[in-house]
Amino acid sequence: MVESKHKWKAWLYLSPAIILLLIFTVWPIINTVRMAFLENYNSMAVVGGKVYNFGIGNFKQVLEYNAFLDCLGNTMLLTVLTVPLSTFLALLIAVCLNAIKPLQRFLQTVFFLPYVTNSIAIGMVFAAMFNMVGSAFGGENEIVVTAGIINNVIEFFGGSAVNWINAGSTYAANITVMVVYIVWNALPFKILILLGGLQSINKQYYDAARVDGTSRRRVFTKITVPLLSPMLAYVVITGFIGGFKEYSSIVGIFGEHMGPAGDAGRLNTMVGFIYDSLSTQQGRASAAALILFGIIFVVTMINLYVSKKKTHY
Amino acid sequence: MSENKTMHAKDLQKVSSHQTVAKFFAKFWVYLFLIVMALIVLFPFYWMLISSVKSIDEYRLSVPTLFPKEILWSNYVDAFNQANLGRLFMNTLYVGLVSTLLSLVITVLSAFAFARLEFRGKNALFAALLATMMIPGELFTITNYSTVNSFGWMDSYTVLIVPFLVSVFYIYLLRQNFLQIPNELYLAAKVDGTGDLKYLWKVMIPLALPTLISITILKMMGAWNSYVWPRLVANDEKYQLITNGLRNAFTDSTGDVNIPVQMAAVAIVSLPLFLVFIFLRKYIMKGVSRSGIKG
Repeated sequence: MVESKHKWKAWLYLSPAIILLLIFTVWPIINTVRMAFLENYNSMAVVGGKVYNFGIGNFKQVLEYNAFLDCLGNTMLLTVLTVPLSTFLALLIAVCLNAIKPLQRFLQTVFFLPYVTNSIAIGMVFAAMFNMVGSAFGGENEIVVTAGIINNVIEFFGGSAVNWINAGSTYAANITVMVVYIVWNALPFKILILLGGLQSINKQYYDAARVDGTSRRRVFTKITVPLLSPMLAYVVITGFIGGFKEYSSIVGIFGEHMGPAGDAGRLNTMVGFIYDSLSTQQGRASAAALILFGIIFVVTMINLYVSKKKTHY
Repeated sequence: MSENKTMHAKDLQKVSSHQTVAKFFAKFWVYLFLIVMALIVLFPFYWMLISSVKSIDEYRLSVPTLFPKEILWSNYVDAFNQANLGRLFMNTLYVGLVSTLLSLVITVLSAFAFARLEFRGKNALFAALLATMMIPGELFTITNYSTVNSFGWMDSYTVLIVPFLVSVFYIYLLRQNFLQIPNELYLAAKVDGTGDLKYLWKVMIPLALPTLISITILKMMGAWNSYVWPRLVANDEKYQLITNGLRNAFTDSTGDVNIPVQMAAVAIVSLPLFLVFIFLRKYIMKGVSRSGIKG
């Protein structure tokens, strides 16, 4: 099978992929590292013959830059809030789905539906649901025409309306809206993976537990969770990675200003920061991208380490 | 003896009827929970649909109507015109189709080389490719932005298609699929003097069709949902894709957006995704859950 003829043929077949990868994947990796260590690098000025010093100035600058620290804080907060919440809810739904026969396929399809949506488009729907129509919120001359359907529901149950996303809204309200939307968005994938895992657990374990008269809770903590742990670990790891790269869900709700009217950039994230400095401040953007990669890498390693200790195969 | 036996049977019946009652209640709570959650999940879609046919006055009632009093289809016409959706549709379709087609050719050829041919450094190369999957895409974007700029590709279809033609993940997926096809078939074809490409076309591709369909769907959905890259490199309206057009059409106004028309636009953009989902659910769910191997 190993004919000399095959060797050049293999490279021929691989050539389109390799050429494109060299230009759009390998070169960017090298170049990003290079730009990150050239202080204040700007590729447009290079054409004019400007030379840059080598050093860690970009990293220092980024880490001392308040806008970046805010982005980092927002990203961390959203990740820490949404990953456990969505994982827990998805596990609960998956376990329930696995316990029923009639309607199972139908409900499974319903829960998968948010996956096939456009996160910007449905973000606009969520924004409309939380949106107040009126003016001068929080001021003396406040006029509320419509409080929005979510506030209507809250008022129906006796609560008072909250300014979620409009001008003058609080940071906590903004974050709450983002958490709701991100969890809604994250559920389908997690349910799909966890339900797949549950269905592949050998039924004999449960039969044996039943013969022994094991309680439901014990069955759940001693059989279901351990045998599901590889899937749980996978869902948590991808959840963290996705969380650190959060961006378009915020654009969907708040628009490209990344914040409520009058406070642009309040909810900006790390990816948003990279995109903002991408066309003029490549040195800074590269340093931020490497920091993002570093964080994702470290968190993934920690996750893998913990799950290796806790995962039962 | 016989009495004893019937007692026993009665006891058993009692126990099992207790169990059925308990089971019934457990099932009841399970169903209640699932149905409430399903309604919460579905509510945004419902709200999008009913808002999209309301008049602006009805939408602004302080007590909202859960079903529109009169159905205003004209919102859809307004949305289509206001967001210039026709043009955006054609752009997105064109970019999606061309990039899917080219991407499939590249993926099939590479996967074939990795699955069937022997060459030096094959495993090292494959491992290196897989390693690049760990790096967040944003890291590539910074350089790619300058690269396409220096190529003079800004505001063109090329810039939307070429940088994303190769997906290591798809190559990996298809290679795994190709490896499942017995090598004997390939050797037999060689003996018969069948060329590589003919063998690929006649044997491998038909056998790997489900994977290829999954890739096609995910790729098309990617074009439909892409936002960041087009925003950076194609701000010219001539080349804008649907998501960007949708977001832009309703943000540059002074905050007082006609929400029913906006919701109609969102519904138009979401409809193709739902249709694809309804008819090709199997392939989508398989493709997505297969990506479970990705980590």
